[in-house]
Amino acid sequence: MTALAIASVTRPRLSYIADLILVLVQKEMKVRYKNSALGYAWSVANPLVFTAVYCVALGVFLRLQIPGYPYPLFLIAGQFPWQWLASSMGGAPMVFIANASLIKKVRFPRHVLVASSVLSDAIHFLLTIPVVVLLLLWYGFAPSWSWLPGIPLLAFAQFLTVYGAALAVASVNVVFRDLERLVGIFLQALFFLTPVVYSVSIVPLQYHVWIRLNPVAPLIRAWQKLFLDGHLDPLLVAAAYLSGLVCLAVGSLIYRALSPRFGELV
Amino acid sequence: MTAIRIDHVSKAYARHRHLTRGVKESLLHLPDVIRRVRAEPFRALDNICLEVRKGEAVGIIGANGSGKSTMLALIAGVIEPEAGTIEVHGRVAPLLELGAGFHYELTGRENIVLNGVLMGLTRREVAERMEAIVAFSGLEAWLNEPIRTYSSGMVARLGFSVAVHLDPEILLVDEILAVGDAHFQAKCYDRLDEFRRQGVTIVIVTHARAEVQRLCERAVWLDGGKIAMQGEPEAVLEAYAKS
Repeated sequence: MTALAIASVTRPRLSYIADLILVLVQKEMKVRYKNSALGYAWSVANPLVFTAVYCVALGVFLRLQIPGYPYPLFLIAGQFPWQWLASSMGGAPMVFIANASLIKKVRFPRHVLVASSVLSDAIHFLLTIPVVVLLLLWYGFAPSWSWLPGIPLLAFAQFLTVYGAALAVASVNVVFRDLERLVGIFLQALFFLTPVVYSVSIVPLQYHVWIRLNPVAPLIRAWQKLFLDGHLDPLLVAAAYLSGLVCLAVGSLIYRALSPRFGELV
Repeated sequence: MTAIRIDHVSKAYARHRHLTRGVKESLLHLPDVIRRVRAEPFRALDNICLEVRKGEAVGIIGANGSGKSTMLALIAGVIEPEAGTIEVHGRVAPLLELGAGFHYELTGRENIVLNGVLMGLTRREVAERMEAIVAFSGLEAWLNEPIRTYSSGMVARLGFSVAVHLDPEILLVDEILAVGDAHFQAKCYDRLDEFRRQGVTIVIVTHARAEVQRLCERAVWLDGGKIAMQGEPEAVLEAYAKS
């Protein structure tokens, strides 16, 4: 019976927050799949089409080669996790604004809106992993036991990163709506500055420092190593968690500073 | 026992002004522009003091833009005051909008869970109340249909049915009772009477004279963000009608 107390004084219990996030994620999944005959196929189709286009443009036309792996396989290992990041970040600016009526009328911890949107993108990413498996087998590679600890470990690091950044973007966009446009441009740029369609090994040595400064590069590289080699690189994992924690801290600070005014600004 | 104490509360909204001078001129006279924007916020509530006793039913009346909804939003905690303090003692059910968070593609049952959890119940608490909520709504036959197939009155009924099962100690109601058919409205009023008997504190914003007369023991008339008059409902309604 204490749950309603959130409306007045006490902080909401963790189990209540978990319920709230669960219900919101369920809603997003149901809404996405209702009235669509192909359902699951759509969540795989999007990254697959992009991968196919890059394969043709870069792998076939420009004859880009990644030492050790067939190009389509290499591409998909980075493209799928990137797709999660891109769709969460692309949707982030509108998370609070699209829920304006809710924010104006009901008192609830608003950050759950961001968490549930990032989580449902995470679930979509996890659902696409069987496609990675199929492609590995097709090219004579195989999945590895190291995926069992590796996938949850990297997925959690990515959740921290994306959730933190999305929280910041969603909050700032309430007071500065132009951010939405900037995020789109920034994502485009970041995609090509992150080793998704190319590997670090073919980047000239003098530019490696820039890749090290890219906060999402360790994450993508860790996914590629895990999917392609079955290897969980401790250094990359550590770097991914470092940038995850930084994103989370920055996002939380910005959210804390701005959220008291959401009710009148959205 | 005090349920709600509003102590010298003011709330101002920034006005959205266009840069009438053009970008270059505005940038050249930036301090001046900022001063003008700051000097003219819209004062929705101006130094309000109000106490609501536990179990009391208070009706807030006043013209559009007099600050009624701002007051409820402050009590509900969806916005924060510029100055002053607000104390709220007890579980609040803010019925500022029926069916907040409803999604039209989801079924009635799914929306009950969504709305109930958003309003502060755990999933388990919603499950325990599901039967009662459904029975109150009278929408058993429609429960597994997406609510986009519902009429607007049916959607409101569903929302109200969840709302009255939140076990509130303080109920904030913002002009939401003018929904549903006569039969359902009567049911809503019965439920509000029941809440009153149980000692639930009620703050209701309304334009309907009859609602204040029927439900409230005190009326508060807001005018331009200040309390113009408060007291016995008949007297306040009379004075408001004459103004």
